[in-house]
Amino acid sequence: MPVFYGTEIASPLMLGTAQYPSPSVMEAAFRRSGAGVATVSLRREAAGGQGGPFWDIIRGLGVPVLPNTAGCHSVREAVTTARMARELFDTDWIKLEVIGHPDTLQPDPFGLVEAARILCEEGFKVFPYTTEDGILAGRLLEAGCEVLMPWGAPIGTGLGLNNLYGLRTLRAQFPEVPMVIDAGMGLPSHAAQAMELGYDAVLLNTAVARAGDPAAMAEGFARALDAGRLAHAADPMEPRDMASPSTPVLGLAVLE
Amino acid sequence: MTAEATVLGAGVAGLAVARALTARGAGVRVIDPAGGPGPAACSWWAGGMLAPFCEGETAEEPVVRLGREAAAWWRAAGVPVTKAGTLVVAPGRDRAELDRFARRTHGHAALDRAGLAALEPALADRFAGALHFPDEAHIAPRAALETLRDGLAEAGTPVEPEGTPEGTVIDCRGLAARDLLPDLRGVRGEMAILHAPDITLRRTVRLLHPRHPLYVVPRGDGIYMLGATQIESGGRGPASLRSVVELLNAAYALHPAFAEAEVLEIGTDARPAFADNLPRVFRQAGRIHVNGLFRHGYLLAPALARMTAGLLLDGETPELSR
Repeated sequence: MPVFYGTEIASPLMLGTAQYPSPSVMEAAFRRSGAGVATVSLRREAAGGQGGPFWDIIRGLGVPVLPNTAGCHSVREAVTTARMARELFDTDWIKLEVIGHPDTLQPDPFGLVEAARILCEEGFKVFPYTTEDGILAGRLLEAGCEVLMPWGAPIGTGLGLNNLYGLRTLRAQFPEVPMVIDAGMGLPSHAAQAMELGYDAVLLNTAVARAGDPAAMAEGFARALDAGRLAHAADPMEPRDMASPSTPVLGLAVLE
Repeated sequence: MTAEATVLGAGVAGLAVARALTARGAGVRVIDPAGGPGPAACSWWAGGMLAPFCEGETAEEPVVRLGREAAAWWRAAGVPVTKAGTLVVAPGRDRAELDRFARRTHGHAALDRAGLAALEPALADRFAGALHFPDEAHIAPRAALETLRDGLAEAGTPVEPEGTPEGTVIDCRGLAARDLLPDLRGVRGEMAILHAPDITLRRTVRLLHPRHPLYVVPRGDGIYMLGATQIESGGRGPASLRSVVELLNAAYALHPAFAEAEVLEIGTDARPAFADNLPRVFRQAGRIHVNGLFRHGYLLAPALARMTAGLLLDGETPELSR
């Protein structure tokens, strides 16, 4: 199972906690899928101050909480939100989002590196939401990040893995770094594919929370992640262009 | 005469319960420190939609079923009910949201542009089609609360600002009852009231948007209520700029004429909800709690009032108990 900053998590499924029809439905999705981490968006939910039953429900899920800086469009906003999250959830984990464009919600690579450096220096364990760009990944590692979270596709689109070549290259470039595909998942098959590429975990929210039956969809993702993880570990065959009989002539039984 | 029950809270739940009990001949008192319905109650800030089918998109089954009692109940209470249905639309690039909404709900018909034009001409050049929920309705919430209050006062049950409860206490204090119900949570909502005489809409319109869904309820005379955000927070402080921008932007996306509107009010409050967002009627430590109406106050208060009367007067276990 994936290890982030020395902590092993129980499942490669990392689930968001927003947009469910109700907290009970959210709990059911976590229970049924055995998700290993709960991500929490802090910005707006914190408007009412600290504590409260919704936070209690999230703490009661019994999995590590990964607060995020969703919706932050500047370094300053993201850093402030991260500090708030540390107090509220008593954790130094932070999923760092610095959004560069309001329509695509694409990460701002320059702001991301800057915010990552500030937060790492302050002792945060930063999980940066990034693109598949290998140069950017290198800069984030230099800044002190020990986990990378490249996108599959823009947040909430459900398009799956948009740039297979880029994601494969990134994986090969930093084979030792724990990497999570974050955002863009629509179907369990997308998650399976991420694991087949050798990624360590997948983080998603909308695909589960906005499904007609979120708990069933969460279980679907959990099973797909298992399938993909097994396949990657099993050293899959290489695809080839020419047909190849599964029983070669040499292996045919001879009937006498 | 000693009252059989004392209702705490003059929001939509408290007034509806008081009316249901009075209608069955029970002696009731109503106590609310605000002295009557007003901005201290979250129902003051509501949309007043009686839209059980649309709510079925995300709400549990009892909301859809029990919500169907609402329109007739309000009409019987003397509240004008506008049964003009609901229209659900989506911007061009979010058309898939409309298909999804249609799959998750029932009681609707698909309209093409001509069908939409026949109902709301203002929207027909903006949207290629819509879902129409013909059996839905809306009321004006503040007037509805005042009608309930006045009806109770005429029947000899004025809302009292203070007093010592008599009989069974029926706690309808909403989020204030968190002192006794720690699992009750607040779900913050922000809304706006606009005066937009340049646009005419006769029925509730919902704009589907993956990030900023919106509904617009016409109040007549060019007044529209825009709602509402839904934030996991019990905070009741002033609306954030972000929320207001999102609400007003969504209204502008629905129709550019909203850009010329006057903003009459920006309101905020927190809705009381239990973990499954379903309301409950139950006895606890000697009092009856009616709470957790979430975003379904006007829709479900009639059914909850009926259940509360059944519990108090007939000893019936409410369907939504715990």
